[in-house]
Amino acid sequence: MKFAVLVNEGPYTHQASDSAFQFTRAALELGHQVIRVFFYHDGVNNGTRLTTPPQDDRHIPNRWSELAREHELDLVVCVAAAQRRGVVDEEEQKRNGKDANNIADGFRISGLGQLIEAGIQADRLVTFGD
Amino acid sequence: MNIGNQQQFLQHQNLNEERQSGIVKKFLYINRRAPHGTNYAQEGLEVALIGAAFDQEVAMAYLDDGVFQLKSGQDTRAIGTKNFSATYRALGDYDVKRVYVERESLERRGLSEDDLMSLVYEDEDDDWEEKPLIHVVSASEMQRIISESDVLLNF
Repeated sequence: MKFAVLVNEGPYTHQASDSAFQFTRAALELGHQVIRVFFYHDGVNNGTRLTTPPQDDRHIPNRWSELAREHELDLVVCVAAAQRRGVVDEEEQKRNGKDANNIADGFRISGLGQLIEAGIQADRLVTFGD
Repeated sequence: MNIGNQQQFLQHQNLNEERQSGIVKKFLYINRRAPHGTNYAQEGLEVALIGAAFDQEVAMAYLDDGVFQLKSGQDTRAIGTKNFSATYRALGDYDVKRVYVERESLERRGLSEDDLMSLVYEDEDDDWEEKPLIHVVSASEMQRIISESDVLLNF
């Protein structure tokens, strides 16, 4: 099965972000394809490398980065939602004249078209949200 | 076009060039939340407008508190947030021809179709005549519309 995953909630506040990760990992372990994970709304906050949770807790952005490395997973953060919430990569930093960037390893910033395209190409688009 | 900055417009143009050929799916955007208080409605509308550029069949569904999104005469000045409600009028220009509003959700909130903004599209197959975009449907019709759609996006 070809899945696409949509994550609409931020890390640590809402279980949707954890469930999306667990679903994606389980699907990949069972040999399914996950063609893209798209982060929208507060979900874009899953993609900042500046996150520093207490040591005895899970590290949500790092967990995604590692999964992306292992499975060549495409992690896409919506540019419009990211701009509103201060999630920035090098290109966005330059274009908007910001003094820093914070995108986590394995994530990329792109447009909403990536979500629509994933919906067209996948057999199932699975949403994790409120 | 009042959906954001110029950059977003350019992005939208790029998407036009990237659009998929061949596969046409039925996308249904399901809106269940009030327009203000959270930004799900605003960002949901942005997805629908971008998505309409992809040569897919796009329809909108408004139910539960989502019916408030289409209420006419919204004014956000007192809460200091952006009043994006005029953007709904762009739906018709973006080739969205079906906007379904659940009757039971309206009635439970003391609303009727007369309380909603008037949304229209120009029908290219009928000499560009302006036609109403909003269709008030029953809960069971809504159920059928949802089950006949291929891709559901809930906001």
